[in-house]
Amino acid sequence: MNDHLISRRALLAGTAAAGALSLTGLPARAEPHWKKYAGTKLEVVLAKGPRGDNLQKYIKEFTDLTGIQVESEQIPEQQQRQKAVIELASGKPSFDVVHVSYHVQKRQFEKAGWLADMTGYMKDPNLTAPDLVESDFSAAGLEYARNDKGQMLSLPWSVDYFILYYNKELFQKKGVAVPKTFDEMVAAAEKLTDAKEGTYGFVGRGLRNANMTLWTNFFLNYGGEFLDSKGNILTDGPEAIQATKLYQTLLTKVAPPGVAGFNWMESMASFTQGRSAMWIDGVGWAPPLEDPAASRVVGKVGYTIVPAGPKGQYSATYGDGLGIAAASKNKEAAYLLCQWAVSKTQGARLLQAGGGVPFRNSILNDPEIQKGVKMPKEWLQSVIDSAKISKLGLPVVIPVAEFRDLVGAAITATLAGADPATELKKAHEQYRPILERSEKA
Amino acid sequence: MSALTQTTPAAADNDAAPEREWRPPSYWPFVVPALVVVLAIIIFPWLFTIWMSLNEWKVGSPTTFVGFANYLRLPNDPRFVEAVGHTILYTALSVLLPLVFGTLAAVVFHAKFPGRGFLRGVFIMPMMATPVAIALVWTMMFHPQLGVLNYLLSLVGLPPQLWVFHPATVIPSLVLVETWQWTPLVMLIVLGGLAAIPVEPYESAQIDGAGVWQMFRYITLPLITPFLFIAGMIRMIDAVKSFDIIFAITQGGPGSASETINLYLYSVAFIYYDLGYGSAIAVVFFLLIIAMAAMMLHLRQRTLWTEIGGGA
Repeated sequence: MNDHLISRRALLAGTAAAGALSLTGLPARAEPHWKKYAGTKLEVVLAKGPRGDNLQKYIKEFTDLTGIQVESEQIPEQQQRQKAVIELASGKPSFDVVHVSYHVQKRQFEKAGWLADMTGYMKDPNLTAPDLVESDFSAAGLEYARNDKGQMLSLPWSVDYFILYYNKELFQKKGVAVPKTFDEMVAAAEKLTDAKEGTYGFVGRGLRNANMTLWTNFFLNYGGEFLDSKGNILTDGPEAIQATKLYQTLLTKVAPPGVAGFNWMESMASFTQGRSAMWIDGVGWAPPLEDPAASRVVGKVGYTIVPAGPKGQYSATYGDGLGIAAASKNKEAAYLLCQWAVSKTQGARLLQAGGGVPFRNSILNDPEIQKGVKMPKEWLQSVIDSAKISKLGLPVVIPVAEFRDLVGAAITATLAGADPATELKKAHEQYRPILERSEKA
Repeated sequence: MSALTQTTPAAADNDAAPEREWRPPSYWPFVVPALVVVLAIIIFPWLFTIWMSLNEWKVGSPTTFVGFANYLRLPNDPRFVEAVGHTILYTALSVLLPLVFGTLAAVVFHAKFPGRGFLRGVFIMPMMATPVAIALVWTMMFHPQLGVLNYLLSLVGLPPQLWVFHPATVIPSLVLVETWQWTPLVMLIVLGGLAAIPVEPYESAQIDGAGVWQMFRYITLPLITPFLFIAGMIRMIDAVKSFDIIFAITQGGPGSASETINLYLYSVAFIYYDLGYGSAIAVVFFLLIIAMAAMMLHLRQRTLWTEIGGGA
């Protein structure tokens, strides 16, 4: 058996995946039977972005390794989500593997039973490489991938932590220290704001729906929890009101005019032009910020974790994974593909290009892989630190989009002067029946 | 039953009578393809939409018949009520402004001056652009810090505006884009109308001592009214179902300040996957459009009547 194993390794030595597996130094278990499903054809539907690019770019390596043919398509995120839902609901999806946006789709997919259970596959040494174990995924990843029965319904692929970007040059000019708490952040932002010069202390998403991802990070740091044990929504409680007040202060007093209509793109434009000193958003924006063709702040950007609130310090976390359609006829082959996509080799490539952050600790903490990261060291450090304080950034419910739209509109309304408590109350009066209906169905 | 009726002679006569009079027209096989297509792509989807609107129909959950419950949700849904208001305001402005500017432009371009052909060509260029592409360009022009519009305002000493980034100015700003793009269409239609007006009325008006404004008000305007109605109708249909420009620039924001029925309908059906409720909105939206079109037709007929009356 051992001889057989060595010869198989020798055969695979040319492929990068095998190289990565040998790095793990876990010799006890055998290699999976990669070639067992050779000749199978898989269909994959991906959301457009660096993860999809990374998969498509190296897919030939997977085909060489397994003999499985892969047809994949990348569709813009919003449309990809629609396509996936509509096809899965039809019972006959055209794809075997689906790119899942956890923070939007987790509960919906679980409740509808659209994804195949991978728990058994992960325990099968014929199917799973020895280094792929559940405990290697970060807590947030496992929370996203497992259902309430503890079954793995997807493999966590890439995580998005919220971090604080700041402009070192503006900080130095005004003699301001990097804030560690919300109070310090507000004080710093006030000092950094110079409306005459057209520079502002803070920028962030103000646009309805998009703004919820920023707001929830405030909410979490004020000690907020999204749901109680019975599944009732709690985002209009005292923590929510405090978070909204902070959000209102930052976005009306020390942010650029018009921020109520800003999504990440407008926020990033303001930050890359050196017009805003601080920006809290997902960790994935480092590549454009460090790109001389698109940014005026190359080399001047500081990266750190989101400042602490009075009741905690968290990084609001979002993410995506790869699942197998329960209706697929090629589940094992599809599982091999998912496994390859989240493998150490593929994860390292993703991290090193700054296109995403793997959920797997063994990738993030590998010094060899860290050396190859093209983004600044501070960025990598902010990722590693955020992983330790990660907490899901949106409630795990079916009507996530309605939540983001309704509460998001309430939060945006406070930027035009509306009272936070009243607006939140009004939004939740509309949202509660929607949530109840979705859970009853 | 049929066996029974056939046994009585009277009934047999009754049955036979229409058959003798009615012969199947020989053209019917040629109608069938068109009929099938209309049924399949117009009638069936509509009946199906109405059927969906009577059900609690969420993607991923079983459907249940709920009667008019989805319709009863509408008046109590503040987002829907607001969306109706936004739609009416948006439509009214994006019909009126292009009509006014388009008519002015047509009057200008009707006069003969050097370079007219070239300038006309330049003027209709916005109409040829893709809405989503120009929406993205306008988004950057509207940017309060980096946009060119505020820079232009600053050159003439005006304070910067928030344009699409403030609830109070978002709809007028979006209408600005619509107006920019669709004024040329109105101009083209009105220009056609102007070309058809004979010169005699103007000559006699001049002899009677009429001024430029009087000639426009009492001769030009009444004579191009039918063309204005056509332009208005086309604009109204376009504006009421406008989606691309609003979605690409604001996605209905800030908050829900520019959310029209169309955008809300899209969210409900394709983001919340609530097809039942979405269908109810679609049905109401359809009725609203029918009502508006009927109103326009009614107005048009009234003006036609006065025209005849005035001419007599």
